[in-house]
Amino acid sequence: MGEIKLTDVRKSYGAVDVLKDINLHINDGEFVVFVGPSGCGKSTLLRTIAGLEKVTGGEIEIDGKRVNEVTAADRGLAMVFQSYALYPHMSVRQNLAFGLENSNMPKPEIAERIAEAARMLEIEPYLERRPGQLSGGQRQRVAIGRAIVRRPTAFLLDEPLSNLDAELRVSTRAELAALHARIGSTMIYVTHDQVEAMTLAHRIVVMRAGRIEQVGTPLDLYNTPANRFVAGFIGAPHMNFLAGEVAEVEHGTVTLTIGTDHRLLVPLSDHRLKVGDKLTVGIRPQHITLANDPGSLTVKVRLVEALGSETVIHADLNGEKLLAVVPGQKQIAPGDEAHFSIAGAPLHLFDQNGLRIKG
Amino acid sequence: MGAAARFILRRRGAHGSGKGWHWTDIVTWLWLVGGLVIMFGPAIWLVFSSFKTPAALAEFPPSILPYVTQQAMVEGYEKPLQLFNAKMPDGSTRVLAEVRRIGLVSQMVDPKAPGEIVRVNINDRTPVRTISFATENYIQPFTQFDFLRYLWNSVFVTVMATLITLVVNSMAAFALSKYEFRGRGAAMLIILATLMVPLSVIMVPLYSIISSLNLFNSLWGVILPTVATPTGVFILRQYMLTIPDELIDAARMDKASEWQIYWRIVLPLTAPALAVLAIFSVVWRWNDFLWPLIVLSRRELYTLQVGLSIYSGELNVQWHFILAMTVVTMIPVVLVFIFLQRFITTGIAGTGLK
Repeated sequence: MGEIKLTDVRKSYGAVDVLKDINLHINDGEFVVFVGPSGCGKSTLLRTIAGLEKVTGGEIEIDGKRVNEVTAADRGLAMVFQSYALYPHMSVRQNLAFGLENSNMPKPEIAERIAEAARMLEIEPYLERRPGQLSGGQRQRVAIGRAIVRRPTAFLLDEPLSNLDAELRVSTRAELAALHARIGSTMIYVTHDQVEAMTLAHRIVVMRAGRIEQVGTPLDLYNTPANRFVAGFIGAPHMNFLAGEVAEVEHGTVTLTIGTDHRLLVPLSDHRLKVGDKLTVGIRPQHITLANDPGSLTVKVRLVEALGSETVIHADLNGEKLLAVVPGQKQIAPGDEAHFSIAGAPLHLFDQNGLRIKG
Repeated sequence: MGAAARFILRRRGAHGSGKGWHWTDIVTWLWLVGGLVIMFGPAIWLVFSSFKTPAALAEFPPSILPYVTQQAMVEGYEKPLQLFNAKMPDGSTRVLAEVRRIGLVSQMVDPKAPGEIVRVNINDRTPVRTISFATENYIQPFTQFDFLRYLWNSVFVTVMATLITLVVNSMAAFALSKYEFRGRGAAMLIILATLMVPLSVIMVPLYSIISSLNLFNSLWGVILPTVATPTGVFILRQYMLTIPDELIDAARMDKASEWQIYWRIVLPLTAPALAVLAIFSVVWRWNDFLWPLIVLSRRELYTLQVGLSIYSGELNVQWHFILAMTVVTMIPVVLVFIFLQRFITTGIAGTGLK
């Protein structure tokens, strides 16, 4: 079992509040990813769950038992650190055995568990080596192995892929997903990389400045971000934000103006918008298409990134930046004028507080 | 010329071609050769002089190598006579034995024809000398005096004091580097501040503590007051600060107790700093003189350094024994340094981390 429940968890260092009223329920066997910009408190939250940091307030429960006062060693969790934190003076085997020896496990069982984990992670050939003699990817596996042999109620992973090169990161990411499917334990994973979050998570927890901004499945966050921050954070390249103003309000539809006088008709049934309200319109770069008709947005091209399969166009709409990702290769050069069409694109509307306007 | 010689002898002179002498070349050579003489001169003088006879030690001007004046038994004389190279008035040189010296004139005989006395001006004769090592300087103290006992006492004090120093200081350093607690900085400052208090200031109170603990005239009385050193705590703490906290967090997650974290994680990773402190501690304890002299008043408890002082009596200083035994006392320190010096520069703490 690996059910973790956080209730009003707070953490302060002196006058600085690092975590503010965190409420979260993680189900058994779930793969949850904490994501957010650096300094948002995601690592601190992981360390408080681990028991390496004491909470200032609130309650942490594991499998229904309050563990605020339980030490890190006795919470039954295992952690993989960003730097791997392998003991440099011990061989890989000793690294794996250290935690098991400390819980007074009989030697044959230790050997058996190490053999099993080594087979699973394919680290058998270098069990007798020291961490210093391993490559980054191998160290990574050993660090995961050290967590696996403990058979913990939940795995805590603190940016485990950030020290790997891009290629290795992709393959290790897939292996991690496969590992989770195989072991089935709860995993909590911290990263600042939203691609990792999108590909690995059952549920993503987006954090900013010590608060949870939104919790949801990857596609939930992508399709219906709760606020401007989540909208900008999830998805690559970032969502475009344009300033808009309500021009007309009718039953079931709202007309907005963006740019100089471009009019947008948005179907909105349940809202409290008035004519003249200012708001922000979010459009994902992938939803913009190139068009020729005069009803489209006329933009000035600043930069073109031809990636082969797709073309990223950085453009300027009356001083507002606009990014478009269009499929295929386009004959377009910086300085050109282009027409962007957003007809049919899913629009995300945010009020002046940055909250999503539901429609 | 080998590559090593080329490397050592290269010069900057004549625009880097190594042909001429730039003024920096001259300064460099003077500086380095001067340094070499200042560093090694006394040690070499000590080693060679330890093989001199008392007479050779008293000679002026002093020499580096141990010379002995040659002597010969001459028929008709009871005692051996000293041999000299004497310059004859006709310009030739003969080896003669000196019978006696009267003023500026030396009366000499030819060892092969002892009947005839030859008078030679003392400025015209030089002693016949050969290099000879007076090994009895070393043998006598070991056979006649209790030197092996002093050696054992010194070894015991040094080894025990060093072991306890390493354990006690590393524990303090561990607490001061890896635990967050109120007053940590102040505690470190106070420990460092004790560096400014010299032994002579605390000698009397320390003595009364030792004597009230009944450690007077005991080797433990020499060992225990020296084991907590601010320098040691400082060296180890600074080194432990470089051990990543994540390692300790990892050990905590691995159910390690605080003792295990200290003993199995932190201590092995601090090995280079421990080696440095071990070298220091060995040198300090081995060379201690004043404190052992105060605590130990029974001869069989003397350490080497205190034992050496036996040879300097009130009226007569037996320099040849002092020098020889000083060489003996230097050997362990030199050996320790040779064997542990490679630890000083190697650090292994960073290898397990990216």
